[in-house]
Amino acid sequence: MVRIALRTSLAVTAVVAATVWLQAASHPVTQKGKVFAPGTITVKVGDTVTFKNDDDVTHNAFSTSKGNEFNAKAQTPGSTAEIAFKAKGKVAVKCAFHPGMSLTVNVE
Amino acid sequence: MPLTTGSPRIGHRPFLALGLCALGLTVAVRASDDAGAKSAVSAERVASQPFLASYNRPATTPFPDDNTFTPEREALGRALFFDPRLSGSGWISCASCHNPGLSWGDGLPRAIGHGMKTLGRRTPTILNLAWGQAFFWDGRADTLEAQALGPIQAAGEMNLDLPTMMARIGGIESYKALFAKAYPGEPVAPETVAKAIATFERGVVSPEAPFDKWLAGDESAITPEAKRGFVVFNTKAACAKCHSGWRFTDDSFHDIGVTGDDIGRGALLKEIPSLQHAFKTPTLRDADRRGPYMHDGSVATLDAVVDFYDRGGAAARESLSSDLKPLGLSGEEKRQLVAFMRTLTSPGRPVQVPALPR
Repeated sequence: MVRIALRTSLAVTAVVAATVWLQAASHPVTQKGKVFAPGTITVKVGDTVTFKNDDDVTHNAFSTSKGNEFNAKAQTPGSTAEIAFKAKGKVAVKCAFHPGMSLTVNVE
Repeated sequence: MPLTTGSPRIGHRPFLALGLCALGLTVAVRASDDAGAKSAVSAERVASQPFLASYNRPATTPFPDDNTFTPEREALGRALFFDPRLSGSGWISCASCHNPGLSWGDGLPRAIGHGMKTLGRRTPTILNLAWGQAFFWDGRADTLEAQALGPIQAAGEMNLDLPTMMARIGGIESYKALFAKAYPGEPVAPETVAKAIATFERGVVSPEAPFDKWLAGDESAITPEAKRGFVVFNTKAACAKCHSGWRFTDDSFHDIGVTGDDIGRGALLKEIPSLQHAFKTPTLRDADRRGPYMHDGSVATLDAVVDFYDRGGAAARESLSSDLKPLGLSGEEKRQLVAFMRTLTSPGRPVQVPALPR
């Protein structure tokens, strides 16, 4: 009885985990050449954006947009930062080191 | 020279031969000097070649879609820029600190504001800001429009609240007429004041400097010393790591090790250690005319600036840029760097000060 319950709960957990993993998507954004690429993306609530520094200078991603405030801190060349977007809305993302870099994340 | 009398053992011929040799050598040295001078010029051009393209000037000045250029907007912005009635005292205008005669700065180590109080930071120049990415030493304003109303309202600077400013401007018929021509259909409001000032500022662009002429191929435009300085600037001294491009700035923020309590951009982004004590890289155009240097005017001359960087800055901190380290520059290399920086000064051009609306 206990063994069956254990197997069932493990199976259920696996299915739930798989469902969660499948539902929350990860979107890549690169920073090479002091540019966020792509410059605009649309994501769902709960999705993450992976900021990859494929440039040769330190970058960053941060936003003060209400509900989705975040600061990825300093990203040295080669490093990655994963940011989850929790609230619906238009999020303006910039790089703290290079004010000309701009990304719009539309969270639906 | 007469031979000593006497001994016929040393005849004329050896001396004649020596004389001819000396003459021949002189001619040969002269020729190689000329050839040497010519190849030294080409050697500098060759050494500079990898870096030259990144210094080309753009053909046109950019204006944003929501505030395009018109002569009427520029005229209104010029009036507002030179108008001291945009200050609480009625005495300070934008041009008081951004003085066209001083390369759009004020030549002071730190700015002086309302009540003759010395402020915390040096007045930056407004040269070439049409291409700027962020404004103020700490980059807290995203656009020229966002920047323009800051000093007007700051108690320590121009000390004027916006309602009073609009009452003053709105009470002058000829100002209202300028607004109607510049921004038809838009209200006479702080937003249009800022837009007009920004439009004027975007027109403040460095004229061609001797460096630009040399870049275009005029070898006589700058001295050989300055040409060698350009190479040092781009190689051993690594100045171009931050002072890059035709405006000699990367528009980014670095802690270069100036001692003091001012944390610059760090105040806006406390969670990023490398931005503590970081200030925006200023342009080097007209640098020779814009001392003293650094965000607090603490370094008096260009020679002192070069020494500062040669030492690797004056503050060993966690936030210190990894590009700041002792350079090991020779006295000659330092002189070459300063000679090069002097070529970035554009010839002065008179600036028209308008008759202000009354």
